[in-house]
Amino acid sequence: MTQSIVVQVGQCGNQVGCRFWDLALREHAHVNKKGIYDEALSSFFRNVDTRRSDGEGCDIAGGKIRSLKARAVLVDMEEGVVNEILQGPLGDVFDSTQLITDVSGSGNNWATGHRVYGSAYRERIVERVRRAAEHCDCLQCFFLIHSMGGGTGSGLGSRVLTLLEDEFPEVCRMVTAVYPSAEDDVITSPYNSVLAMHELTEHADCVLPVENQSLVDIVNKIRHMAHSGKPGCVIRKDSTLISGQGGVTGPAKPFDAMNNIVANLLLNLTSSARFEGSLNMDLNEITMNLVPFPRLHYLVSSLTPLYTLADVNIPTRRLDQMFTDAFSKEHQLIRADPKHSLYLACALMVRGNVQVSDLRRNIERLKPSLHFVSWNQEGWKTGLCSVPPVGHLHSLLALANNTCVKPTFIELRERFMKLYRKKAHLHHYLHVEGMEQGCFSEALSSLSSLIEEYSQLDATKNLLLPDASRLSIAT
Amino acid sequence: MSVVTVQLGQCGNQIGQELFNVISNDSNDAQTCSPRAQGKAYHACSRERFFNEEASGDPSARAVLIDMEPKVITQTIAMAAKSGRWKYREQSFFCQKQGSGNNWANGFRVHGPRHQEAMGDLVRREVEHCDRLAGILTMMSVAGGTGSGVGTYVTQCLRDDYPHTFILNQLTWPYCTGEVIVQNYNSVLTLSHLYQCSDAILVHENDAVHRICAQLMNIKHISFSDVNKVIAHQLGSVLQPAHTAHTQSQYSRNPMGELMSSLVCHPEYKLLSLCTIPQMASSSLPYSAFSWPGLLKHLRQMLICSARMEEGIDWQVRAPSVGQGAAETRGMQELGFNTSLANLLILRGKDVSSADTGGFLDPALYCPWLPAEGAISTWRSSLPFNKYEKSATLVSNSQSLLKPLDHMVGKAWNMFASRAYIHQYTKFGISEEDFLDCFTCLEQVISSYKHL
Repeated sequence: MTQSIVVQVGQCGNQVGCRFWDLALREHAHVNKKGIYDEALSSFFRNVDTRRSDGEGCDIAGGKIRSLKARAVLVDMEEGVVNEILQGPLGDVFDSTQLITDVSGSGNNWATGHRVYGSAYRERIVERVRRAAEHCDCLQCFFLIHSMGGGTGSGLGSRVLTLLEDEFPEVCRMVTAVYPSAEDDVITSPYNSVLAMHELTEHADCVLPVENQSLVDIVNKIRHMAHSGKPGCVIRKDSTLISGQGGVTGPAKPFDAMNNIVANLLLNLTSSARFEGSLNMDLNEITMNLVPFPRLHYLVSSLTPLYTLADVNIPTRRLDQMFTDAFSKEHQLIRADPKHSLYLACALMVRGNVQVSDLRRNIERLKPSLHFVSWNQEGWKTGLCSVPPVGHLHSLLALANNTCVKPTFIELRERFMKLYRKKAHLHHYLHVEGMEQGCFSEALSSLSSLIEEYSQLDATKNLLLPDASRLSIAT
Repeated sequence: MSVVTVQLGQCGNQIGQELFNVISNDSNDAQTCSPRAQGKAYHACSRERFFNEEASGDPSARAVLIDMEPKVITQTIAMAAKSGRWKYREQSFFCQKQGSGNNWANGFRVHGPRHQEAMGDLVRREVEHCDRLAGILTMMSVAGGTGSGVGTYVTQCLRDDYPHTFILNQLTWPYCTGEVIVQNYNSVLTLSHLYQCSDAILVHENDAVHRICAQLMNIKHISFSDVNKVIAHQLGSVLQPAHTAHTQSQYSRNPMGELMSSLVCHPEYKLLSLCTIPQMASSSLPYSAFSWPGLLKHLRQMLICSARMEEGIDWQVRAPSVGQGAAETRGMQELGFNTSLANLLILRGKDVSSADTGGFLDPALYCPWLPAEGAISTWRSSLPFNKYEKSATLVSNSQSLLKPLDHMVGKAWNMFASRAYIHQYTKFGISEEDFLDCFTCLEQVISSYKHL
């Protein structure tokens, strides 16, 4: 069994990460009634004997659970969030050797995070990550979680990405990046996002963009449904999706509901790596199947059931509904409409009691309404994991490499240009040593060429391209 | 004589386990058949072929399990042990922690060479346990990374290590959509390499087997285990003991050799397809009766129109009349006629000696450059197989795989034309030129079968 390490950077990254650890523990507690440290647990947790007092304890293979430690590195340039986590009920799953904090924050400045803190803390971060890696016997994947808008998450987060690439070139790097909404209160967030995207495009194996606005919309809709009180339309209390109930943390905080959704994305993404199934889908299969060209590695994700309805005996119709929902606008974690754009590839990661025939039926059913690029008309990858999420019979995570990410990028570029044309706030960045205006123009042209690449593919959408003429053989 | 089975990847391991189940159950059932002596001989022959007698209890399969990640192997071994009838030998498996990630190049260029010695040792140990080795059967899918990539590498190594042993590759072709996106690339790379080193390639298509599960077995929610059971049943019916033309009085001692010599008469043609009749839900077996003429009539039409099951076969397709020119044959082929190079008919069950296989002797079924008497072989066994009172299986070296193969190569070629996903392969040292070589090889195979 392989292991993965989560590196959570900045306020957003740490809050999302924290929700992930909470839900992951809950999921394992639900499946693993006997309290045995099994292979599934080992993928994200160490089992440690804390009586050894050298700070981090020593690993115990198998046997009873002693003390679980998350395979995580927490990085933030202020102390608030990390301290809160440590003092909270999840504090026990981290120890001091997994933390890197400073006191002053990055002031919403990518350059401060990337250049100043990036250089100052490089060695320390590498050392922490390496130590976490040494506890793994087969390290497969880094999950990097950060926001794109702020200073620490985007700046230092994208710096961590490059150092992971330098130090662990063989290990897959998956980034969960939270994009700011248009009304973000950080005025420089377009700068930070575009600068960070340049790094993500060059150095990540794949990126799961999540838009703040979509999360807000989803949470609002769930609240609305919960309060409308229509019969048969009650949110299940034990659903992991929006409530932290049943987890170890207490009352929910403002962003918890939103962060929970992202945490669920990670939970479902890694389920097949943690549990068994009749069609295993390993983490490294995600990039292999979904990334046809190295730079086009932004995967739009959608989760179902998202608006959970109270019904225990879900008949087949419901199961098919789950597949339909995964392609609707309302279930995407960025504001995008994959149905009306072009698919390069699509993965369906199913959990629960779902058979291959259910998959086939639904793919056949949905295929006519979706546009796939001419050379990948059968671009489906599927995984079946037999363990459903807590409180559900089944769930589905759809990952799409789809040109529908383009509008998000275009909108971001517009917001960037609005500032950049006037050179607004630019001096804050150029003050930082090593930052030149060239960094901005490079990042901008990287984004533009990415948009252009998607546009070129988009242009082929309704064209019936003839098959490539085959090699001819002398007979 | 014994067969050593090498199970590779998730698919290969799961089907392998089902196959040993079928074989073990079937040969146990045979012991209770009358006449006793015959059942006993069948049981003994099957045992020698596929199992080691262990001093302590259950027989162990003559098999090596290989996967690059542990989950499936652990499960497979546990399932076998749970059967209570047979098991895998301890330490007969090789697994690593991290899979090949659907990347053929990763399996073929990285995992294969890295673990060559360990995997080779396991096979050698099984081979040394055989008094006489009939051949090696490798089982794998062509879609993923481990089965296809490592499987191809292992097959090449086996060819080097055992230059005079028969190697039969059992391949599972993926569903047209939905399993792995790069499956057509992986398939092209696998097939073109195996074509150089394997003696014969026996193909099961998931799509066809899925239809059998849906329409003949009446399974509502078809799982992989259902699909694998059907594949195992078909394979078992080929591999279990039978009397060949040369061994009327006793069971064939050289099943692999006989299979190859009946079916693969030319190295350019080594793709074998399989169909079995009847196949049905086990609950309806007691209420069904079949006659040999009926079964064989259907089976012959299945061959002619290249169908994998008796339901919905096209009775309009006919064989061209003998002595007609190539033009007419071509015309019939366009209407759906499937020209054979060679066929092997395996009949099992009651009154098998009365079954008249004359319909398969028709020279019109075969390509003109081979005499029909040499093109058809028949194996018989009078014992029922796997609870079926009568059962007929046809292994065919014919054009029937031409269409799916052409489809697969065409899809891969389209993808290759835009160079999609190629960077994932070059990362592990498979270059664009390597791809081109593989395409060329398979276009050659397609062309050869087309012009049968």
